[in-house]
Amino acid sequence: MADIVSTVVDNYNYWIYITLMMIGLYAIIAKNNLVKKIVGMNIFQTAIILFYVSIGVKRGATIPILEHAHGSHGYGVVHAAEYVNPLPHVLMLTAIVVGVATLGVALALAIKVYNEYNTLEEDEILAQIREE
Amino acid sequence: MKIIGLIVAVLTGGLLVYAAGDFPAWSDPASPASTYLSPHFIEKTIEETSVPNIVTAVLADYRGFDTMFETTVIFSAGVAVFLLLRTSGPKTQQTRLYRHQLTGVTVRIKEGAELPPSDNFERIDRFWTPHDLIIKTVCRLLIPFIQLFGLYVIAHGHHSPGGGFQGGVILGASIILLAISHDLRTAIKRVAEKLDAVLCAIGVLIYAGTGALCLLLGLNFLDYKALAPVLHVDSIMARSHGILIVEIGVGVAVMFTMIWIYSNLSSGGKYNQGL
Repeated sequence: MADIVSTVVDNYNYWIYITLMMIGLYAIIAKNNLVKKIVGMNIFQTAIILFYVSIGVKRGATIPILEHAHGSHGYGVVHAAEYVNPLPHVLMLTAIVVGVATLGVALALAIKVYNEYNTLEEDEILAQIREE
Repeated sequence: MKIIGLIVAVLTGGLLVYAAGDFPAWSDPASPASTYLSPHFIEKTIEETSVPNIVTAVLADYRGFDTMFETTVIFSAGVAVFLLLRTSGPKTQQTRLYRHQLTGVTVRIKEGAELPPSDNFERIDRFWTPHDLIIKTVCRLLIPFIQLFGLYVIAHGHHSPGGGFQGGVILGASIILLAISHDLRTAIKRVAEKLDAVLCAIGVLIYAGTGALCLLLGLNFLDYKALAPVLHVDSIMARSHGILIVEIGVGVAVMFTMIWIYSNLSSGGKYNQGL
């Protein structure tokens, strides 16, 4: 029993990312308002970013910038265990900015939908489409 | 719909929780993600590129293709927002409203009429609201420092947390702050719409052009070692300088795409006073 509890507590990063991701997924499926769907999409995205960054963590390691390395070619041996994994940071760095850009496109589409139907509620839009 | 959504979310969440049992423990140094490629990056980056910030080196050198196409995605998003929203209004506006800044008098100018010659007029829309003096002044004071910090973040990305994406976003945010604290017209006076469009294309071009230059100099696309004879440095420093060049390209592209997207979104493509 103590084993299970310690496993659950130790891996709390996974539980947080799953919770956030499912909140986002639920919002995308169930919410009626398009802007709320977009917010859900962003929560989903944030969950993935959290997942990636938490994977890169190493116990007792520091940020992936080499210490005392300014302008020196003859740098000594670097131990990989001293620095956290830089790859997830690289991937998520671009993902964050691309996420902002795609958010812009989503909002632009929402503006176009609003101009066309005068509403952002999904059921009202569908009703208007059926009437046509 | 709500019940379907709840069922789907709970089912997927349950599967993910089940799968999480097989994941490596939190902050485990021997986890699969930290064992194959990343030790090479951590141990060899300073030798191969002389860049202490491993994230910058991996971003712009080892994973240069990925970053180039991410920049292209951002550029495409800017173009998509522009194509979706921008409405080319009639050149001669029927009735324009101007506000005299010293007296607060609003002047209505009919079609074809001219504004009295004065520098104190400010173009406004029908839904004009007064801006707070404190916010305006504080933002005016802060923006130069924000921009200076953005330039520092781009230029110092080799040695400290930073790089093109972060610095570009900070620079773009400084102009967006100007647009929020004053109005969109003030921001457009500083950064014209054409400038946005041209410069975010130029940012991507700097990146792709650096890659093509390496190709022309006889090595692979985006292999900055080829730049060594051009920059008069050895091949390791050439990689470091190549990273700086593409980071500047990324910074320019990100900055102007952010401004472009914001000005289209906040005014619904009309380029009036915005939010």
